[in-house]
Amino acid sequence: MTVPNLHIYVLAAPLLTAFFVNLFGRRSNTVIAILTIGSLTFSSLASLVVMSGILKHGQINYVVGNWQAPYGIELVVDHLSALMLVLISVVALLASMSALKSVSQEVPGREHQLFTLYLILIAGLMGLVLTGDTFNLYVMLEITSITAYGLIAMGKGRAPLASFNYVIMGSVGACFYLLGVGYLYLMTGSLNMADIYQILQTMDGGAAVATAFAFILIGLWIKMAFFPLHGWLPNAYSLAPTGVALIAAPLMTKVTIYLMVRVMFSVFSAEYNFVQHQLAQNIIVWTAAVGIICASAMALAQRDLKRMLSYIIVAEVGYMVGGIWLANETGMTGAILHIVNDALMTLCLFLAVAAIIYRLGSCEFDQLQGIYRKMPITMAAFTVGAFSMIGIPPTAGFFSKWYLLLGGIEAGQWGYVVALLFSSLVNAILFFRIIEIGFFHRDGEPHSHEEAAKAPLSMQIPLMVSAATLIIIGLSSGSLVDAIIKLTIPIGF
Amino acid sequence: MSYQTSIWPLAAVLISLVGSIPIMLSGRRPNVRESWTILIALGKVIIVASLLPAVLAGGGFEFTIAEVIPGVPIALRVDAMGMFFALVASLLWLLTSIYSIGYMRALNEHAQTRFYASFAVAISATLGVAFAANLLTLYLFYEILSLSTYPLVTHEQNAEARKSGRKYLTYILGTSIALALPGMLIVYSIAGTLDFKVGGILTGTGVAPQTLALILILFLFGFAKAGLMPFHGWLPAAMVAPTPVSSFLHGVAVVKVGVFSILRIIFHILGPEQLVLADIGWIITTLASITIIVASLIALTQDNLKRRLAYSTIGQLAYMVLGAGMLTAAGMTGGLLHIAMHAFGKITLFFCAGAIAVAAGKKYISQMDGLGRRMPLTYLAFMFGSISIIGMPPLGGFISKWNLVLGAVNGDQLILLLVLLVSSLLNAAYFLPIVYRGFFAEAADPVYDQGIKEAPTFCLIPLCVTACASLALFFYPDVFLRLAQLALAL
Amino acid sequence: MEQFTASIIAKYNYWIYVTLMMIGFYAMIGKRNLVKKLIGMNIFQTAIILMFVSSGVKIGAKIPILDKHKALEHGIGVAGVVNPLPHVLMLTAIVVSVSVTGVALAILLRIYRKYGTLDEDEILEKLGK
Repeated sequence: MTVPNLHIYVLAAPLLTAFFVNLFGRRSNTVIAILTIGSLTFSSLASLVVMSGILKHGQINYVVGNWQAPYGIELVVDHLSALMLVLISVVALLASMSALKSVSQEVPGREHQLFTLYLILIAGLMGLVLTGDTFNLYVMLEITSITAYGLIAMGKGRAPLASFNYVIMGSVGACFYLLGVGYLYLMTGSLNMADIYQILQTMDGGAAVATAFAFILIGLWIKMAFFPLHGWLPNAYSLAPTGVALIAAPLMTKVTIYLMVRVMFSVFSAEYNFVQHQLAQNIIVWTAAVGIICASAMALAQRDLKRMLSYIIVAEVGYMVGGIWLANETGMTGAILHIVNDALMTLCLFLAVAAIIYRLGSCEFDQLQGIYRKMPITMAAFTVGAFSMIGIPPTAGFFSKWYLLLGGIEAGQWGYVVALLFSSLVNAILFFRIIEIGFFHRDGEPHSHEEAAKAPLSMQIPLMVSAATLIIIGLSSGSLVDAIIKLTIPIGF
Repeated sequence: MSYQTSIWPLAAVLISLVGSIPIMLSGRRPNVRESWTILIALGKVIIVASLLPAVLAGGGFEFTIAEVIPGVPIALRVDAMGMFFALVASLLWLLTSIYSIGYMRALNEHAQTRFYASFAVAISATLGVAFAANLLTLYLFYEILSLSTYPLVTHEQNAEARKSGRKYLTYILGTSIALALPGMLIVYSIAGTLDFKVGGILTGTGVAPQTLALILILFLFGFAKAGLMPFHGWLPAAMVAPTPVSSFLHGVAVVKVGVFSILRIIFHILGPEQLVLADIGWIITTLASITIIVASLIALTQDNLKRRLAYSTIGQLAYMVLGAGMLTAAGMTGGLLHIAMHAFGKITLFFCAGAIAVAAGKKYISQMDGLGRRMPLTYLAFMFGSISIIGMPPLGGFISKWNLVLGAVNGDQLILLLVLLVSSLLNAAYFLPIVYRGFFAEAADPVYDQGIKEAPTFCLIPLCVTACASLALFFYPDVFLRLAQLALAL
Repeated sequence: MEQFTASIIAKYNYWIYVTLMMIGFYAMIGKRNLVKKLIGMNIFQTAIILMFVSSGVKIGAKIPILDKHKALEHGIGVAGVVNPLPHVLMLTAIVVSVSVTGVALAILLRIYRKYGTLDEDEILEKLGK
C-alpha cells in the first residue's frame, strides 16, 4: 500500500478531530468516543504502515508547503521517529480508551473540552517526533506543554497550583531551549536540523556553540524532569485527572528524551566534542545516578500509588539520560529500547491505576487491601507491569535494563550501574509492598466509603493489551533491536 | 556432542504452566482439579523420561524460544546435567502432588486453587532452570520460580506469613538482582556469550583471578536459594508455608535450583580447570564448610521439627556446593549426586513432618515422644530418610557422601574430610533422637495420643515411595551416576 | 578595564537581554506572589525575544521590503536590509508566549477563586490547615 505522505495524516487525524470533538462533543460522550478512538485507530494503523515503509525504503523527508529545506520547515521520518510515531499513536489509543471512562467520572460535563486538548496534545507529540526543524520543534514543544498545563489544571484540589508550578518551570525550560536555538542560529544562520548538522561539521563553533548545546540540553532536562529539575512532575502527574496522567505519564517525558537524542545526534553529532567530553559525560551520568537513587528513595516514602509512580517516572528518566550519556552503542541501544519499554510499562501501570481509581475513588495504599480479590484482572496486569518495572525477565523492562547495565559496565560507569541495581531493588520493594497489601490482607470489614463503580471492559481491554505487549515486546526485543533500534544508533558510536 | 532440535523440552516445561489453566478453571470441583494436577504431573514425568535414553547415549535436545539479546537467546537444551535435575524434580513433583492432595484436604486448607496453580507454575520454572541452555534463560526461570513460590510461602495470609514472604523475597529477589544479575553482565561482557559449555565459557579468555573470584562470589551469594550463609535466613522463615510447600521448597525445587545454578556456574560458566588455575576453589569450600558446621549446630537446638529440617537442609545444600568446590572429579560427582540423594531423603522427612502435623497436629519434637508406635510407617520412613541424609549405607545418601569423601582425599584437602565427618556426626545427633524418642520414649500426652492414627493414604503413599526410592538409589544409582559423569565430561 | 567596557558597549544588546533575563528569573524564583511570578516569566520570554530580534539588526540597513523588479534586476544588497527571519520567528514566539500567559492567567483565576489569595505563602498556610 502506498499512500504518499501518510505520516502527515498520522498527525493530522488527531489535530482535525480535536476541533470536531469541541464542536460536536458537547451533547454526547458517544460522539467524543467515536471521534477520538476512530482518529487514534487511524493514526495507529497509519503509523504502522509508515513504519513498514521506512523499514523498506528508508528515511522520508517531507517539505511543508513546498518551501525547500533549509528555508522551509522539513518533516523527517527516519527509523527512530517512525518508532516513536508508532509508540505515541498506540499508547495514545490504549490510553484514550480508558481515559474516556475515567474522565467522564472525574470531570463530568467537560469531556469535550478535555478531549479537545487531549487530541491536540497527541498531535503535538507527534509533531515533535516528526519535525526536522529546530524552531518548529520549539513550537511543538509549547503546543504539547500548553495543552498539558490546561489538562492538568482540570484536576481536583491542588491541581491548578501544581499546574501553575509546571507552567513556570515548563516555560523556563522552553525559553532555555529557545535561547539555545538562538545561539545556534546566530552561529550557523540555519534552523534546519540537517543543515545545522552539516554546517557544524565544517566549523569550529567554540564557546558559543557549546553554550547553545548546554542551553538546549538544560531546557529539555527541565521538560523531561531530569533530576534535580524534576520538582514540577510528581505533583503535576499525580494531581492531574487520571485520564490525563494516562497519556502524560507514559509519553511526555519519553518524547522529550527522544528530543534530546535528536538534538544530540541530528543537530550536533556523536563526534561533537561536548558529547565526547569525558568530564561532561561523567557529570551527567553521575547526576543521573544520583537522580535515580533519590527519586527511588522518594518513591519509597509515598503512600499513594499515583504519587509513587510519578516518582518512579523521575527515576526512569535518569535511566535513559544516563544510558544515552554512557556514550556507547550498548547504552544507547538500552536507552532507546527503554524509551519504548518504559512508555509501555508506565502505560500499563497507569491503566491499572485508572481502573482502581474508577472503582475505589482513590489509590492510597490503605484503600488497596484485598484488591486482588475485587479486581483480579486489573491486578494481574498490574503485576505484569510491576515485574517489568522491577526488571524481571521475560517482561520488556528486563531487556532494556540489561543493555543499560551492560553499557554502564562497558563505559566503566560503576556509579550508574549501582544506581540501576539499587533502583531495581527499590522497585521490587515498592511493588511487592502493594502486591502484599492487595493480595494478602484479608478483607476485613467492608470499606466505609461508597465504591464508585465496577471498572468497565473498555478500561480492562487496553490494560490487558498493554500487559500482553510488555511480554511480547520482551520476547521479541532481540528482533526489535536488530530491525529498528540498531538503525537508530547515530554514526560515530 | 550434538543436539537435535525438538519441541519436547519446551513441552516438558510448559505442560504444567498450561496445566495451571484447567486447574484454575476447575476450582469449584476439587476432584476434577486434583485429577488434573496428577495427570499433568504424570505427563511431565513421562515426557522427561522419554528424553532420557538419548541423553544417556550422549546426545540431547534443543529448542530456541526467542532471540532476545545478541548471542543469547531464550533457549532450552536437554543435556546430562539438566536431565539429572529434571528427572529428580519431575519425579518428586508427582509424589508431592499426590501428597499435597491428602494434606490439603485433611487440613481443609483455604485458597487451594491458588495453591495448586502457583505450584504448577513453580514446577514449570524448575524444569526451565534444569533445561536452560544459557545463563539468561536460567536466570529468567529462576526469577519466575521466586515469584511463583511467593504465594506459596505466604499461603496462610496471616501476619507471620506476610513477614516470612517479605523476608523470602528480600533475600531471593534482592540477591538475584543485586548480585547475580551484575555477575551475569560481567560474564557476558567478558565472554560475549552466556551459553553453558562443558569446561566453562570463561576458560581461555584470560580473565584475571581477581575478576574470576569476584564473579564467583557474586554468583555464590546471588543464587541465595542455595542458602549459603549468610544468605540463608529466608529458609527457616519460609517454614510457615504448608508442608507440601516446604517439602517442595526444600526437597525439590527452590533450594535445589539454587544449588543447581551454582553448580552450572562452576561447571559450565567458570570452568573447573580455570578455577584450579586461579586457585580460588578455597573460597567455595570455606564458605560451604562454615555453612555446613554452623547450620548443623543450629539444627541441634531447634525444637520445631520443620525448623530443624530447614537448618539441616541449609547444611546439606552446602555439601553439594562443597563437593563442587573441591574441583576434583570425585568431589564434583559427589556434589551433583547429592542433589538427587538429598532430594529423596529430605522430601521423605518433610512428608513425614507433614504427616505428623496432619495426623497428630504436632509441630514440636518434644511433644512427639512415643508417636512412632502410633504411626509406625511414618516413623520408619523418617528413619530411612535420616539415615540417607546422615550418609550411612544402605541408603542413597551414602553414595554421594562417599564420593565427597573421596574427593576430599583425592584433593589432599584433609580439613574438608574433617568437616564432612564432624557434620555427619552432627546430622546423626539431630536426627536419630527423634526416631528414638518416637519409638521408645514414654508418650508425651497418653490420653490425647490414644486417638492418633497414621495420616491419610494420600499422604502415606508418597512418603513410603520416597523412602523406598532412597533405599533403591543405594543399589541402583547408575542412571544418576552416569548423568553426573556425562555432565562433567569425565 | 577600557577593553572590558568596550566589549560591553560593542555587544550591549546581549548585555541588555541577559540583564532582563536575570530580572525575570529573579521574579520567578524570588517573588511569592503568583502573578509576579507570571510577570517574571513574561520578562524572561521578552528578553529572549529581544535577543533574537536584535540579532537581525544591521547598522544602516532598511526594513526588508523589496521592490520585486529591482531585486530581480540588481539582486539584493544583503547588507542593505535587516535579516527578517528572526522577526518572523519571534512573531511565533510571541504568540506562544501570549498563549502561555493566557493559560497561566486562567489557572491563576481558578487558584484565586479557590483560595481567595494569590500569595504562595498564604496558600500553603491554607493548605496546611
